[in-house]
This record gives sequence, C-alpha cells and structure tokens, in this order.
Amino acid sequence: MIIFINEKSFEAKQGQTIYDVAMENGIEIPVLCHHPALEPVGACRICAVEVEGMRNLQTACTTKVFDGMRVYTSTQRVFSARKTNLYLILKVHPNDCMTCDANGNCKLQELAYQYNIKIPTQEVELRGLPLDDADPFIVRDLNKCIQCQLCVRVCDEIENMSIYSMVERGYETLPQPAFGMPLKESECVFCGQCATVCPVGAIVEKPAIGKARWWETDKTTTTCPYCGVGCQIDVFVDKEKKEVVRVYGSAINPDVNDGIATCVKGKFGLDFVNDPARLKEPVVKRNGEFVKVSWQEALDYAANGLKSVIEKYGSESVGVLSSAKCTNEENYLMQKFARAVLKTPNVDHCARLCHASTVAGLARAFGSGAMTNNLKDILQAQVILVTGSNTTEAHPVYGSRIKKAVRKGAKLIVADPRKIELVNYATLWLRQRPGTDVALFNGLLHVIIKEDLVNKEFISNRTTGFEELKRAVEKYTPEYVEKITNVPKEKIIEAARLYAKAQRAAIVYSMGITQHEHGTDNVLAIANLAMATGNLGKEGAGVNPLRGQNNVQGACDMGALPDVLTGYQKVTSPEVIEKFEKAWQTKIPAKVGLTVVEMIHAALEGRIKALVVMGENPRLSDPDASLVDEALSKLDFFVSMDMFLNETNKHAHVVLPAASFLEKDGTFTNTERRVQLVRKAFEPVGESKPDWQIIMELSKRLGYEMNYDSPSQIMEEIRSLTPIYGGITHERIKIKGLQWPCRTLEDEGTPILHTSKFTGPDGLGKFHVVEYREPPELPDEEYPFYLTTGRILFHFHTGTMTRRSTISKYLNTPYVEMNPVDAQELGVKDKGEIYITSRRGKVKGIVKITEKVPPRTIFSSFHFYETPINELTLAEPLDPIAKIPNFKVTAVRVEKA
Amino acid sequence: MVDREKVSALVEKAKLESLEEKDILINTLHKIQDYFGNYVPVEAAEIVAEELGVPKSKVYEVLTFYTMFSIKPRGKYVIRVCVNLPCHVTGGREIVQILQESLGVNFGETTKDGLFTLETTSCLGLCGVSPVIMINDQYYGDLTPRKVKELIENLRKGGDER
Ligand code: SF4
Ligand code: SF4
Ligand code: SF4
Ligand code: FES
Ligand code: FES
Repeated sequence: MIIFINEKSFEAKQGQTIYDVAMENGIEIPVLCHHPALEPVGACRICAVEVEGMRNLQTACTTKVFDGMRVYTSTQRVFSARKTNLYLILKVHPNDCMTCDANGNCKLQELAYQYNIKIPTQEVELRGLPLDDADPFIVRDLNKCIQCQLCVRVCDEIENMSIYSMVERGYETLPQPAFGMPLKESECVFCGQCATVCPVGAIVEKPAIGKARWWETDKTTTTCPYCGVGCQIDVFVDKEKKEVVRVYGSAINPDVNDGIATCVKGKFGLDFVNDPARLKEPVVKRNGEFVKVSWQEALDYAANGLKSVIEKYGSESVGVLSSAKCTNEENYLMQKFARAVLKTPNVDHCARLCHASTVAGLARAFGSGAMTNNLKDILQAQVILVTGSNTTEAHPVYGSRIKKAVRKGAKLIVADPRKIELVNYATLWLRQRPGTDVALFNGLLHVIIKEDLVNKEFISNRTTGFEELKRAVEKYTPEYVEKITNVPKEKIIEAARLYAKAQRAAIVYSMGITQHEHGTDNVLAIANLAMATGNLGKEGAGVNPLRGQNNVQGACDMGALPDVLTGYQKVTSPEVIEKFEKAWQTKIPAKVGLTVVEMIHAALEGRIKALVVMGENPRLSDPDASLVDEALSKLDFFVSMDMFLNETNKHAHVVLPAASFLEKDGTFTNTERRVQLVRKAFEPVGESKPDWQIIMELSKRLGYEMNYDSPSQIMEEIRSLTPIYGGITHERIKIKGLQWPCRTLEDEGTPILHTSKFTGPDGLGKFHVVEYREPPELPDEEYPFYLTTGRILFHFHTGTMTRRSTISKYLNTPYVEMNPVDAQELGVKDKGEIYITSRRGKVKGIVKITEKVPPRTIFSSFHFYETPINELTLAEPLDPIAKIPNFKVTAVRVEKA
Repeated sequence: MVDREKVSALVEKAKLESLEEKDILINTLHKIQDYFGNYVPVEAAEIVAEELGVPKSKVYEVLTFYTMFSIKPRGKYVIRVCVNLPCHVTGGREIVQILQESLGVNFGETTKDGLFTLETTSCLGLCGVSPVIMINDQYYGDLTPRKVKELIENLRKGGDER
C-alpha cells in the first residue's frame, strides 16, 4: 500500500505502524515509551502526529497504517503537543544532567534540547523519593522516571519475571516492585534489562557509575562468553583504560536474544577482564615460585620442555586440553598443534564432561550430534518437555523464552528431581528418582505405543529398528516404571499422552541427562521418543540439548576431540587423514586419542608426562578432583595458557598470559549451531596475547610454521577442510551468524536439521534399544543421601570469571540445598555448616534449606573452591560410549559441622 | 503472623463466588480486607499472589490502584471525604476541617485509639446531597460540621455507623 508522510508517498505493509514506516524511511518521530523489542502501548504520546481525517492527534507508535493514509509529522499542532508533554515531564524532573549516568544517552535530554524547553528552577516540583541502591547491580531513582513503563514491560514480556508494576494512579503512577520493596528483596534476577531499556537515568547500572561518560565510550557488538545461548551484546568500553563500562543486550539478532535480552552474567559478569589478578606477563616456575619472564624466554622454555618430553617418552606422552571458552579459530589451531606439531592423538576438552553423551547418542540416532532445532522456534511448540535442564538458571535467556511460550499457550512438562523454577509453569511435573531417566522415557514410550499414539508414517518412512524397540519397551509398564522412578503411574500416562498428541512437541535437555554413567542411553531414549512421535525436522519440535558453554559446540566442531577432526570427520578414516595430511603438509596420528578423564588417569600412572592446557580448570571441574591434583603434580612438564592463575595451573611449569574475549577477534558457535562473531573491543591487557597467537609462536618453535594474519584467515582454512563450515566466513556472519551445516558461500545455513532425511549414510533415523540400569553408586546405610550437582544463575563453572566480576559482590559463598525434613533431622539451620562425605573425600558446605530438593537429596554447585564438590564425585565408571563421568548421582553422608 | 489456611480459604471462596475470572483478584482482596479489619497485610497479599498464580507486583498494583484498599492497618472506621469540586464548594472544606480537628489526624492517618482512619475520595456520585462522606460502607450527605461532630461522638461511644 501507499501512505503519505508530509505529502511524500511511501511504500508500506499491512500491519505496520506509522512509526515503523517513518523509521524505515529516515523520517524522525520522537519516541519515549516505544522500544522495538516490546509491544507498543502508546503511553507517553510524544510520538503524536496528525492524520488527515482524524480529529485527535494519533500516536505514531501504535497507529496502524492504511492505504492512502496522510500523515503529518511536523505541524505546529504536533510541535505544541510535544512541547506541552515535555513541559509536564520536565516540571517534576531533577535538573541533574551533569552527574547523571544517562547523560549523553538520554532521550529526555535530547528532546528537551531539541524542543528547547526551559523550566525555571523554582517551578520544578521534585517528587522527593528515596533512591533504591541496595544491590550491587542497579540504582533506581524514580525522581527521574518519565513513566514510560518500558521497565515494567521488559520485565513482563522478555524476562517474564514481572517484578514491577505501575503503582498508584494518574500522574503519580510509578514503577515499583511489589509492596514498594527494594529490588534486592524482590524476586528480581538482575538480568539488568530494565536498566538497558530505561530511556532516561531512572534505572542505571551501578558498576558503570563514575567510570566514563557515554561519549567517552566505544561500542563493540560481540558474543557473550558465558553460556551456550550466545547472546549478542553491545559492550561499551573505555578504549584508553581498556575497561568495560557497561553492557547492553544487542538488537542485532532478535532470534537469539530477543533484541535486548541478557542474563545477569552477560550484563554484569564481564568486568572480570579488568580484575587486577589478570596475568599480564608470562611466568615460569622457579624453586616453586612463579617469576615473571619475557615472552621470548617463556615460549622457548615451553617449547623446549615439550620437545624434551617428546624425545624422552614419545609424542603420545603429551596431552592437550583445548577449551570451550576459546574461539573456533583457536580450537582449530590447538588441535592442529596437537596432531600436526606434537603428533599426539590426545586432544580433548571439557565437552567430555558435559555433552559427550549427546554427541555420541544423537550421532548414533540421527547421524548428527547437535541440537536439531533452534532457539527461536520453541515459541511454536505446543508441548515442551524439559528434563535435566534448570533452564532459567543455566541458560537464562532461553529459560525466559520457555516461560513466554507457556504464557502463549504451550503446555510444559518438567521431568526433574528438583523443584526448579520452571515447575511453577508446568502442567505436569514428573519428579523421578535421580538416575532413573531411561526407565522414565521407556515408560512414556510404552504408553505411547500401547495407546497407538505413534506417528506410523514417520516411523516407516524415515527410521529403522522400531519393531525391536517396541518389543523391548513392552515391560516398561506404568506400574513397573513407577516402582523404579517413584513417579506415579497416572502422571506417566498423562505425560505420554500430552507429549504424543501434540502436533509439535519439543524436548529440551541438558546435563541432568548427559552426566551419567548411562548418559548416552538417556540421550538415545530421548531420541526414541522424538522419532516415535515424528517430532523431528519441523518447527517447534526436535531434540534440543542445551550446550553449557559459549563455545562448547564450536570446540567440538573444530575437532578438539580425540576421535574426530573438524566437522566430525573420523580420525579412523584413511581418506580423512589423507586430506588433512595433504593440507597441513605433514603426518598426523591416525588413531583415537585419550579423553580428558583418561588423560588424567594416564598422568597418574605415568603414561602422560606433559600437558598443554588452554583456558580450562580441571582441578575443580573434573570428577574425583583430588586425583586430578595428584595427576597434575606428577607431570614432567605442564604448559598453561590462561588469563589467571587458578587451582589447576598452580601446578604448571610455565603460564602464558592469554587475552580475554574482548581483546581478540574470532567466532563462537552457540548451542543452536549458529556461528557468531567475537569482536575485539580493545587491545590485550598488559602483555597478554590471544591464544591463537600463542599457539602460532609455540608451533614455530617446535619447527612447524603457522602463519596467519588474523582469525578470519584461519576460518578460511577451516572452511576449506570442513564441509559443514564450508560457507562460513567472517564477512558472511557479520549480522546474524549462520547455522551449520552451511556448505557453500551461497548456503543460507540450516535452522532445522533432518527436515527430509537424517544425516547418516542411509538417511534413516535409528531407534536403539536401551535398558534401565542402576547408577553405579546408590545411597546405602553408610552413605544415605543422593548428591547431585549443577549450575546456579549467578555463577559459572569454576568461578574463574564470575567470581572476579561485579556478581561476586552479590553472591560469593557456596551453598548446598537441603530439604527441611533432612535439616530438621540433622539439626542444621539455614546457613549452618555441614560436612559431606563420599567414598572419595570430604568437603565442607553451607546449608540452604529449600523444598527445591526432595528429602534425602542434596544439591551443590561446582563453582566454589571453598566447597570443591568434585572431590566427592566418581571418576569411574565412565559412560562406556561417551566416556562422560557420572556427576549427577553420588552417594554421600551428611553431618552437622 | 498471617494464617495461611485462612487466606487460602478466602481465596477459594472468592473463586467460587466470582462470575468472571478477572474479578477473582479483587473479590479476594475485598474478603481479605474485611477479614483483617480494613486492611490487607502484605503477607496475606503475597499468599494471594501465590495461590492465584499472579505476580506479586500485579497484586500490589491493584491494591494501590483502588482507594478502597490499604496495605497499612486502618481504624475500625474508615472515613472518606469527597474532595471533588461540588462537595468542596458546598461546605466540604469545613467538613474536612472539623474532621481533622476532632480526630486529631491528617489524611492517610489513623487515630491513636485505632478507631478512625481519615482518607479522601473522589466524587461518589451523590453531589445532589453534597457535602458527602463515607464511613466504611455507609454514605452520609447534607452534612454540616455539627452533624459530623455528632456522628464521631456517637461512634466513639460505641454506637453503630447508622
Ligand atoms: S533486573 Fe531484570 S528481573 Fe530485575 S526488575 Fe529489571 S528486568 Fe526485572
Ligand atoms: S523507570 Fe525508566 S523505564 Fe521505567 S517507567 Fe520510569 S523512565 Fe520508564
Ligand atoms: S543467557 Fe547465556 S549467553 Fe545470554 S547473557 Fe546469559 S550467559 Fe550470556
Ligand atoms: S512513543 Fe508513542 S506513545 Fe510513547
Ligand atoms: S463531588 Fe462529592 S459526591 Fe460528587
């Protein structure tokens, strides 16, 4: 259709607002209560325009266009309405621009200047309200509030926490948490989006106060370095001081983070890069102490140390740990360094500890080990089954999206032993006994088959092995499964019906499924469910493992795994080896190497003599952690590349200071297989260097030239050797990234996998018979509690980043969740101390009494060295296929300390 | 301490009595306010939010939007004075004066003996008999300072609202 703005004609589409069309065509209309990520409400009326044939002025942000509409945006009437409006706002507004943190980024300031509104000081009637600055993240000054309601709406619509409402009536109405409490005492999760969205200085980021004015900062759009969601963020930095000032959720790709969203880690957790403890020079160990040395010396020392171990004990005595925190380009170089330079097959990274079973299980079932669908299309699901994922804490931005889906009508089933936040949104909650997932999923499938709710067409056209599976699950009757899992049989039946009857049902899972001795079986059981109901290859369905780290998907894609090269090309295939040897111009080991946990064991036994570790902290993250300590101390030579000294590299012989994600270019691949850009915001701090440069230097010294000018050049090499990354270049992924498989420069990527056939050679999905077996260790008389571990919202993994950020001011002590029944029995109070003992060790913890955990089960995060919970977990037996350790079920004894 | 079961019971009752979904919250709050004697304790409001599955902030929004609700304890008798123009010009000003004098409190305050809370209200639609006040659910029109004084005295002596 055609509309006219100020007598000029413009093309417009049905459903657009006047504001949309004006924006598209560069015609300025001021807005205060409008934000592109939120539903328009038309509250402030600053966007008033004249529309021919309508008596009153219309709000451009809410008024839909119609064919032939004639709009006037700058008439006298429009101007005077806006002026009146601004006058009313400014009449109660503190004249505080000179110290206000919004100065330079304030819509009110801009408009007051533009419309030249001056109010004599004596006429200003301030509200006289107190500040809320009780927490370390946000300062609210409602004296400056212009009542646009954006904060209320972002918290409702995007974060789904609904912390604020507009309180009182009329011109006095202001956004407040329930009962006028400070944010700290509300249920606020400090995602900070209300501060991002506030157009004035009424809600600002506390850590930014006094750091730099808006015009002194530079904006870099990059990818969050924490979880696998991969939120796009705008980081505002002081380039000179190399300092993070503040972070906004970026508008660049709403498919990932809704054009604004972050969680507390993305928003307030990035100032770890400015922690004074950053390593700024290389250090080597002399007489048990680290001493600073030059790069030259450190690199020579590192290279010579590795060389002499290889000469003495052979290449396979060296192990390499790459990193899910580093970029794709760095992971690629690291595994190339291991294979082509050190000639060792032993390269792995922490994916072994989180989703190795996903990679193994889904590859067997579907031919590809990755999330089948994408983050956006969960909003199309009719039923969502979340299991073993505390999504709102571990993948918060996606967790909020699941809540939104429920609000829009999707039905949620949660299968989890803990009463996680999502349980409040669930139609059904199945509280299975820890470690009984296979039985539960088989039970669901049993009902689905018995009630004939399977998708016959899908099964016969696209899969094999169903008949065998059908026979195998015959014995998993609801009664039998209830006995194993403790889930009432009625609920099993109801859940099976709900899931199977939906047109589009999605399964979302994470480490609660994978971190078991039978992790691969869990994954296969999930795959069975999805295939039997035809929930694959379409929108709003699929099997969706949420990858834990920012680039754990990418590190796997890059072949930082002992059995595959890039893009899951097997080291056991002669053609693959030949291709890489040709490209790299050298021999590489054509055999499967050791995994993370196996390397540690080999070090204990003296078979691994040297380790190269890039950005990992196995001392806290790996099971039976005191063994790790022992193993590391036995090494002949240990090279670490890291930003900080930590529990692991205190054993190192040399630590090479690495640059942070803000100090380098590259790419991360998020959980939905989307390759996104990481952009440099400032130069490396101190003498630190990006890992890719460090690897190049080491390589050179070991006699293999690596010459790359930039990470984008490394990506060119990756692309040439990796079919699923064939079409990925830094240039192409500038805006929205691309989801692999992306095979050519014309390929637009693959949002949904397996749409017409599966990835394996015959294109068919494979059902697998999986039988329930008991976890390797169960509570008994001596160790009567279940211990289960996981992530909490405010911290990340071994705390090396979050605990050095603003977040540590909010929460910096570990806690162990315990049911009130147990607390009473043991006589411990909230915040009381306990000892937790397993067959492997004993640690101290602080109790948090909560109904979240069932009786006889305790939960602890693994973020804190004060409660190094992995001293207790089992390093053996590993999952026989994926070699993942069994973190989620440990038998422990609990005593009052 | 607020009795959780009692609050839950009131929520259930309101659910049964409400014809439309959207009325449940307001009806519940009315019942709770009556039960606690003229106010809704924060703790009770929190329980209501949980029971009805609405965010606490939205309950607070409703409580502050309608003048009839209060989260602060109020007196046995809540006196609301109409302060809109018609009442104001027909002697409302004097009514306000006499009330503040004889009760010894300002708007929004409660007398020390816990008997009276003084509040304002906007037009009650009874401008024909202005000036108008409300004592709890009861309206009083055609008032003079004398009549107001008598009303207060009567209530102090333990008399009925009527
Ligand atoms: S920080 Fe997030 S959760 Fe807290 S009030 Fe703001 S938008 Fe809501
Ligand atoms: S606090 Fe900010 S975002 Fe919220 S209503 Fe006021 S001006 Fe708008
Ligand atoms: S949800 Fe994940 S990617 Fe997004 S801001 Fe939080 S930690 Fe970063
Ligand atoms: S911007 Fe349109 S009404 Fe506020
Ligand atoms: S103005 Fe007082 S009742 Fe209408």
